[in-house]
Amino acid sequence: MGKLLEVNNLSISFTQYVQGLQRHYLKVISDLTLDIGESEIVAVLGSSGSGKSLLAHSILGILPYNSHVTGEIKFKGETLTQETKEKIRGREICLIPQSVNFLDPLMKVSQQAVGECKDDEERKEKQIRQREVFSKYGLDESVDDLYPFELSGGMARKVLLSTALLNDPDLLIADEPTPGLDVKSVEETIQDIRNLKENGKGVLLITHEIDVALKTADRIAIFYSGYVIEINKVENFVNSKNLLHPYSRALVDALPKNGFKLTKGVQPLEEVPGCPYYENCPIRLDKCQNNKPELIKHGDAMIRCFNFDEDIPADSEAVVSEESDVIVSEDLVSEELVSEESDVIVSEDLVSEELVSEESEDVVVEEILEVEEVNDES
Amino acid sequence: MSEAPGYNKGLFSSMNLRQKTLLTIGLTGLILLAIFISGWMINANLPTDFSIKMQAPSLAHPFGTDWMGRDMFIRTIKGLSLSIVIGIGASIISSIIATILAFVASVNKWFDEFVSWLIDLFASIPHILLIMMISIALGKGAFGVIMAVAFSHWVNLTRVLRSEVLQINTSEYVALSNRLGRSKLWIAKEHILPLVLSQIFVGTLLVFPHAIMHEASVTFLGFGLSPHEPAIGIILSESMSYLAMGAWWLAFFPGLALLIVVLLFDIIGDNLKRLLDPGEANN
Amino acid sequence: MIFKDFNKEFFILIFNRFIGLIKINSKNLAKFLGLKAVRLLILLIVIAAISFIMIQLSPIDPVRAYLGQRIVSEEQLAIMGQYWGTNLSLGERVMGWLQTLASGSMGFSLIFRVPVTEVIVQKFTASLTLMVVSWVLSAIVGFGLGVLAGAKEGTWIDKAIKTYSYILQSSPTFWIGLVLLMLFSVYLGWFPIGLSVPIGQLSDTVTFWQWLYRLILPAVTLSIVGIASLTMYTRDKLISVKKSDYFLFAQARGESFWGIIKNHGIRNILLPAISIQFMSFNELFGGTILVEQVFAYPGIGQATVAAGLRSDVPLLLGIVIISTIFVFCGNLIADIIYKYVDPRLRGEEDE
Repeated sequence: MGKLLEVNNLSISFTQYVQGLQRHYLKVISDLTLDIGESEIVAVLGSSGSGKSLLAHSILGILPYNSHVTGEIKFKGETLTQETKEKIRGREICLIPQSVNFLDPLMKVSQQAVGECKDDEERKEKQIRQREVFSKYGLDESVDDLYPFELSGGMARKVLLSTALLNDPDLLIADEPTPGLDVKSVEETIQDIRNLKENGKGVLLITHEIDVALKTADRIAIFYSGYVIEINKVENFVNSKNLLHPYSRALVDALPKNGFKLTKGVQPLEEVPGCPYYENCPIRLDKCQNNKPELIKHGDAMIRCFNFDEDIPADSEAVVSEESDVIVSEDLVSEELVSEESDVIVSEDLVSEELVSEESEDVVVEEILEVEEVNDES
Repeated sequence: MSEAPGYNKGLFSSMNLRQKTLLTIGLTGLILLAIFISGWMINANLPTDFSIKMQAPSLAHPFGTDWMGRDMFIRTIKGLSLSIVIGIGASIISSIIATILAFVASVNKWFDEFVSWLIDLFASIPHILLIMMISIALGKGAFGVIMAVAFSHWVNLTRVLRSEVLQINTSEYVALSNRLGRSKLWIAKEHILPLVLSQIFVGTLLVFPHAIMHEASVTFLGFGLSPHEPAIGIILSESMSYLAMGAWWLAFFPGLALLIVVLLFDIIGDNLKRLLDPGEANN
Repeated sequence: MIFKDFNKEFFILIFNRFIGLIKINSKNLAKFLGLKAVRLLILLIVIAAISFIMIQLSPIDPVRAYLGQRIVSEEQLAIMGQYWGTNLSLGERVMGWLQTLASGSMGFSLIFRVPVTEVIVQKFTASLTLMVVSWVLSAIVGFGLGVLAGAKEGTWIDKAIKTYSYILQSSPTFWIGLVLLMLFSVYLGWFPIGLSVPIGQLSDTVTFWQWLYRLILPAVTLSIVGIASLTMYTRDKLISVKKSDYFLFAQARGESFWGIIKNHGIRNILLPAISIQFMSFNELFGGTILVEQVFAYPGIGQATVAAGLRSDVPLLLGIVIISTIFVFCGNLIADIIYKYVDPRLRGEEDE
């Protein structure tokens, strides 16, 4: 199955001026690699304001002027340039923005959904199509003449979704589609996005709400301090032990149903020389302080951690060898997990039990969900 | 807002924005100081020489000469330095008025209402007319003009300071000081004034260009400095009588020089503002 | 061409807003206007009193100003003094002046020897043409340049427009007038040099073409100066729209750049820009005084200068009052546009 979207080694940074007009570089996304297939939903999960929206902006070619981008983005196997981005955005790739603020406050919603038209003929066609899509999502004709500020929360969400679907795109990017919505609306949104997948569309879901990611996505990419540190299947998020990176585990452990184990510590704001999770990591190695791990394939998943580096000699360090033993066996277990679940889980549990007890000695508890961070507006 | 023209070019491209901004401020300040000092050293009674009257610009007299054979360049420099003095006087007085009113407004709701009303009142009369009226009331002359310009230019700075003071007043450490039983005056002096000082400073600088321009305008109309003062406004209104004879230099150069001085002050003010509030520079 | 279908659709919107405003908000609007009227009244009383006091404090002696160079006896002086109230206390004189005003009279102009109201009506009408022409001109050009500079932010076009506005903001209006006069009247000889029409000449004694001929240079001067601030405002406003989420989304939806500027940019900055232009009546009036002086245009500006220089106190006070009303009206219209035409604010008002 050909990949719909491939993002390889994408880095985004900004130049900023702070007080006294000192120049300041700000790296927001580092070495991001990710792919999405047809009929697949991939979530990028990271704390709010960590700059993950810029991934969406980068794919659509709408980053601000003071940004520097490296890496490549491929759509249907073709590398995207600014020109091709401008050609396909709004047609083959559509954005579902996070709030009604993304609609022109002085334009009626139907008019905005229709958008720019070359001539009256095109306008008429698009108007019919707009009516169709709006009706499909239960927006009756009275909604057409409303201004964005007149929409209720649920209506606004449907308008945004319909607007994105008007041109029948192959890939949808949902950027924080559920902020401040009530439980029912969140459920509806999740269902709507799942339906898109049923219709063969690929969806990139950018969110800071782990619940939404878990209920919606097929795979989840964990975004930490500008890095994707792990990409794993959603099934593996049921139990933190199935995950690879210590941060992902801490994240899942922090869920209420898993006992709400919060991990302390903050994501580094400044670019660090080594692994961004070094300060908080329970299984860190000496080399992690000054060397950056690469995002490597590990089974079906991808992981950015030296503990999974094949090249590490087994006997290089006592701790390491012990750790890597555990990890390997765990890995084997999870491999089997797919086939016959219940039996193996016990052994896996045992294995991980060791790991956890070891960890919990210096449990680095982390405020994960709402860390105030480098804001991506700048 | 706006930046100095020719900003990112050639020689300066290797410097960063901070250095450029500081350099711009330094250079413009230096030019203005030079104009001011040289104007100060020029004797007010310029030599008259009727044998060289009404000469077009030349190397000896770059701005030409007037109907009494006086060198227009020297007259212009003298006029500019007078403009700068009046500008300094007027902007400082208007900043003092603005500061006082901003603090008065922070006392309570009624005072605040009163200050807002005062702002409305002064904003409702055309500036030039107001300056004319005050200048007439104070018997024209330098004192009249300085007061007139000062009393018509405090409005903007007061608006800015008023909201700033209001914001600081609602902050937690002011609330704390209140609970500790500090007097309002103490809070104003210790907490608020230091914070708004830079704004007052920039505000004063930004009033400057307007002050100079308005002084020249009312003097031109005949409501400002008296005709025997060496002011730019006087020079320009004099020049009107000789325009038809084609003596363009009498009006062109002095006005251009005034424009440049105003522009220089504008540049200093804007650059300082950016240095203190980098929000604009990120654009 | 950019504006073609924009015009149609958007002006229908604005028109509908105004209709809606009258229909839905007639009650609100009436209340709003009522409050504004009270404000204006208080404002006028205070300004009338203050300006009267200022003149009274000045070295101007109304009796001497009235008599000019004529020599009169002591007794006549005493009678004149009584007429002008120089023997009354300041408070009494202020009250007297306000009473006269309340009766609808502004007194008698010393220079023109006709009632002040008459002078103001005649002079103001002449100036109004000048002001309206240059106001409209600077609105169109200023807005256009601002949109261009904002859309092309950072390019040489933007820099040129910015530099132009920056320099114009720093140039004295009357000097611009002098330069244009030198260039077009003296050097090129296209227009008459000032004072070609006597100050006292009534507007019906000149033909339309003569009048238009005299109008061009002053109007151009006044608009050149008026353009700068509107251009900078429009530019900054458009740049902030370009940073808005809805601009980003429109881009993400594949709309063309100029399409977005037209559909979303201009739509969102037009109302504030019109408001700003209405709020510029203050500068417009000030500029008119200077420009009329340079070009010897017989309007309210020249009358103001003459009244001030020749101590025509009643006329000067009359002009202060009329100009205050003028500026107030500009601000009022700006207020109404801001509060009532924008559907968002209007919506809040409805609740």
